[in-house]
Amino acid sequence: MPPDSAYGPLGRKEDARLIRGRGTFVDDITLPGMLHGAVLRSPWAHARVLSVDVTAALAHPKVEAVITGADLVERGLAWMPTLAGDVQPVLATDKVRFQGQEVAFVVAEDRYAARDALELIAVEYEPLPPVVDARTALDPAAPVVRDDLPGRSGNRIFDWTAGDAAAADAAFAAADVTVGCDLIYPRSHPAPLETCGIVADMDATSGRLTLFCTSQAPHAHRTLYATITGVPEHKLRVVSPDLGGGFGNKVPVYPGYLCAITGSVITGRPVKWVEDRSENLMSTTFARDYHMHGEIASTRDGRILAVRARVLADHGAFNAAAAPTKYPAGFFHIFTGSYDLQAAFCEVTGVYTNKAPGGVAYSCSFRITEAVYLVERLVDMLARELGTDPAQLRMRNLLRPEQFPYTCPTGWEYDSGDYPRALALAMDLAGYDELRREQAELRARGEYMGIGIAFFTEGVGAGPREHMDILGLGMADGAELRVHPTGKAVLGISVQTQGQGHETTFAQIVAHELGLSPDDVEVVHGDTDRTPFGLGTYGSRSTPVSGAAAVMAARKVRERARLVAAAKLEVAADDLEWAVGKWRVRGDPEQALGIAEIAMAAHSSLALPDGVEGHLDASAVYNPPNLTFPFGAYICVSDVDPGTGEVRIRRFIAVDDCGVRINPMIVEGQVHRGLADGIGMALMQAVTFDEAGNCLAGSFMDYLLPTAMECPSFELGATVTPSPHHPIGAKGVGESATVGSPAAVVNSVVDALAPFGVVHADMPLTPASVWRTIQGRPIRPDLAVG
Amino acid sequence: MKLTLTVNGTKCAREVEPRLLLVHFLRDDLGLTGTHWGCDTSNCGACVVWLDETPVKSCTVLAVMAEGRRVRTVEGLASGSRLDPVQEGFAACHGLQCGFCTPGMMLTARWLLDRVPEPTEAQVREAISGQVCRCTGYENIVRSVLWAARRGGGSAT
Amino acid sequence: MQVPAQVEYEKATSLEHAIGLLRRYGPAARILAGGHSLIPMMKLRLVQPDVLIDINGLTDLSYIKLAGAELRIGALTRHAQLLESALAGEHFAILHDAERVIADPIVRNWGTVGGSLCQADPSEDLSAAFAAMKGTMIIEGPDGRRQVSARSFHTGPYETVVGPAEVLTEIRLPIRPGGGSCYLKVARRAGDWPVGAAGAAVWLAGDVIADAGIGLTAVGARHFAAAEAEEFLRGRPATTETLARAGALAAAHCEPVADQRGPADYKRHLAGELTTRVLRQAVARAGGR
Repeated sequence: MPPDSAYGPLGRKEDARLIRGRGTFVDDITLPGMLHGAVLRSPWAHARVLSVDVTAALAHPKVEAVITGADLVERGLAWMPTLAGDVQPVLATDKVRFQGQEVAFVVAEDRYAARDALELIAVEYEPLPPVVDARTALDPAAPVVRDDLPGRSGNRIFDWTAGDAAAADAAFAAADVTVGCDLIYPRSHPAPLETCGIVADMDATSGRLTLFCTSQAPHAHRTLYATITGVPEHKLRVVSPDLGGGFGNKVPVYPGYLCAITGSVITGRPVKWVEDRSENLMSTTFARDYHMHGEIASTRDGRILAVRARVLADHGAFNAAAAPTKYPAGFFHIFTGSYDLQAAFCEVTGVYTNKAPGGVAYSCSFRITEAVYLVERLVDMLARELGTDPAQLRMRNLLRPEQFPYTCPTGWEYDSGDYPRALALAMDLAGYDELRREQAELRARGEYMGIGIAFFTEGVGAGPREHMDILGLGMADGAELRVHPTGKAVLGISVQTQGQGHETTFAQIVAHELGLSPDDVEVVHGDTDRTPFGLGTYGSRSTPVSGAAAVMAARKVRERARLVAAAKLEVAADDLEWAVGKWRVRGDPEQALGIAEIAMAAHSSLALPDGVEGHLDASAVYNPPNLTFPFGAYICVSDVDPGTGEVRIRRFIAVDDCGVRINPMIVEGQVHRGLADGIGMALMQAVTFDEAGNCLAGSFMDYLLPTAMECPSFELGATVTPSPHHPIGAKGVGESATVGSPAAVVNSVVDALAPFGVVHADMPLTPASVWRTIQGRPIRPDLAVG
Repeated sequence: MKLTLTVNGTKCAREVEPRLLLVHFLRDDLGLTGTHWGCDTSNCGACVVWLDETPVKSCTVLAVMAEGRRVRTVEGLASGSRLDPVQEGFAACHGLQCGFCTPGMMLTARWLLDRVPEPTEAQVREAISGQVCRCTGYENIVRSVLWAARRGGGSAT
Repeated sequence: MQVPAQVEYEKATSLEHAIGLLRRYGPAARILAGGHSLIPMMKLRLVQPDVLIDINGLTDLSYIKLAGAELRIGALTRHAQLLESALAGEHFAILHDAERVIADPIVRNWGTVGGSLCQADPSEDLSAAFAAMKGTMIIEGPDGRRQVSARSFHTGPYETVVGPAEVLTEIRLPIRPGGGSCYLKVARRAGDWPVGAAGAAVWLAGDVIADAGIGLTAVGARHFAAAEAEEFLRGRPATTETLARAGALAAAHCEPVADQRGPADYKRHLAGELTTRVLRQAVARAGGR
């Protein structure tokens, strides 16, 4: 980095308020006259709703209103669109289709009374047989979940393919060695520490609806609410204040939000609704739930030729998997991984089941978590089959730097990468050869240590808008930059931080372009009244898309500044060069002006040439030409106790390449989190159901999240391979470690258990699961233990 | 019923229902929203405050159980404008991202350092093992606490 | 977050006062100590008492002391205090082993030993530890004080012999020479309830096991104890074979139930595996090989 660069490990601006406990999260907000809402939810996974009697609830002295599905039907609000083009009930009318589905909404004076009033609502249900096992969803005799959709006779949502089936078949036929496996990526849940919630304030006099909401995409939500509620979009304001984590959980519009809005309309007062943790786990967007069959083909000497995959995708009762419209299986077809393959083919079938809707969440980069998990498990299984070291096998097949930009067999154009260098660095940091020696020694003593590698490529930063939209809204993002006369800047961005430090990194981006101090750049986000339109923060979009928009806006400001500087210095614009944060006269460096001076000049009485306006402000909407493709090499070292099945993660080495790093401290923080995610998902996290469709992960007693005890001290390394098409060469990084880490952990445990003949074991690798795997009687992780 | 207690050094008295949870009393009755909540089952620790000299999960304590006692929340960590070394550590070491678990983590860290001024990494991890962070992977939280330990200086108040 | 239903509240000023209140309100009243078993149940509305009787003011019930050849633990002792007690750890390493893995450090600050025992969760750790040490519970009520062996204290899941107007006040552990103890727990994650856990206390006479106490939790062991395995060990040398056999007996005589923590066959295996391991460690601590 040049010495005057604003990039670097700058302390965060957000911290000042957060370390003092002065953040403003949705549940911290109190408006005058505010009421509290609570949702009554279905105990049944599948049932007819025969009657809903709210008489007793309405008689509660502190209850102001009770809303049912029938009430919403009158208002045309009983159903709402999902982000995947399906529809979902706001409150159930004739049927409930997953345990936890919304049935009624109480509005009361305080949250305790609202909770009490829920017990006063009497609902009569007629239970129906549920579809719980995705593998039975397509049986001819399976109950039909979506009998509300006209002409639907079964539970199939879509069939989707990518790649070249014939070429893949040919490659497999010609291969010396093929390995196939069934793998589950179990249903998981992002579980941000702050649950979802809203304060809805409908002002009947002005017709303005103001929403304080846990939203990762405030503008997209605003547009959606306008179409759903009929409140005109220019009278709608969505404010995302501080968010206690998002991880994709706060992308969708949830029924509870619309109930709160309706409550505010009915009562004429603000209504707050913040969900319980059980509601969060049982009804908000889950992640993963991919039942996969994968195959890999290679030559005898370890040249990988092709991969194939067949996937059954459990989408729950409503299709709310928020992936770009053209990609119902998200970007899963990047399962070709980081390798030089001849061919690939995948087919994905999505099905309805009687479970909560969702599927795209939890740092999945639109299903790339599933894809990378599959290919990295297959590569390890191939290594075992061939008797080759898994690091060597990868090194042999990784794409070479000279092959970039590289178009993979399913059509993704990877922008840049130096894969062997990253893997070599990871192996060096880990002391790989020494680890293998230690493993051999321990095995001789009857102790079981495992070393698992995962190498991932992912694609993040969606757009371009021509190919990627959500509900018809193209995935581009904007930035608005204003420079005040005294040279201080305000940047409005459309992405919404949930902890990623945008207030700091985006200030650094602008500061870097304009030669300012990051302290002189204020970043505004989360308020649709004060920021430009964009599709929001998920899929690691912020730096690749909104970051690029900020760069473009800053460069426009810089070019405006050039014209004003030329006027001030009485030179031609072409005589000026940008250097050390100033516009200066070529050959006469004393004649130079910084942005602050130029801003004052722009707003002064200085005579400006025709066409040059008296300000420096600029805005940009960035339509990315391609995704960016961060990559990394991870190595996990674990120890397994075969007597109890316990797994301890001893070390986790992670080398990441996200192109140019604006703030390495923040980048590393993102990686740390993803590594912990991998440990959690590989060892303990799963949303399971019993045969009646009861969700068994409705609290943190059973949906287990890793603590500081399960996480080792992470060892990070980095390489930097800039993105050739991003204006500052940066790629996204927020989800990388969640994408790459689960395979590394599972690979290490399977490696540890190799002496027992174990070739694969499904997540989560709980002690029970590990022990049963060693016995040769594995447990199926997604349905209740039998 | 009447509740009288001292919060961050200030005595206060309120009328409360016996079932009111301490976390809601602090947040809703006293407006001290720095203490958060994140679960239903006493697992996540976002609600940790000090009750007399020890951290407790305030979602699992009734406000009336704090009668006559002293409560310390994150708002009581700093002394005027002087931050506690733990707060400085979290800012210096990027020990927070979304900030939701942070108040609880800092209060537990303060308690640990008051009793064990030079903890090992393992002791720090064990001290916070009842509290969940979804953003940091705990790495920088541990570094923040160790930073504060090296900085020394004890509690700000 | 979920919140409790309406409830009345009384603060006990003495043990007699607490017992009097329990008599007055009957089974609709519940003792409130640390509340870390009761309040979570109330928030989920699994339990809805009419009245809470807060005994946190009865600090006389919080102690750890020696009385003759007994370690006596007041029922209101917080888990954290038991973990920090050098006296307790000196005589019964099993107590520290168990407390270290009960819940988490913050919950341990407020939850009480008595509260956990009276909650009587079939996966509760101290129940197994006290069973292994063959402790005695002291219960006080309107008719005075009575003693119940730790092994007779529980009558079923979430049920104890403590009557509606009674209060558990103390646990007594006999201290005998030549003893060593240990506790081991397998959980899916730090702070989780056990999938299976075992505690052992052995008293050696030379190389022979004069007496043994084996406690098991979460695996459906009768009275949280492995009586058959204990019987087998009495008078036998502490060899690899006998300890393994004891483990097998412990496994054979429990009745684990499949749940999300694990299937029954795994839990049964754990019962045996952990029994053998804790016995080995207890013997080592008792001074054997």
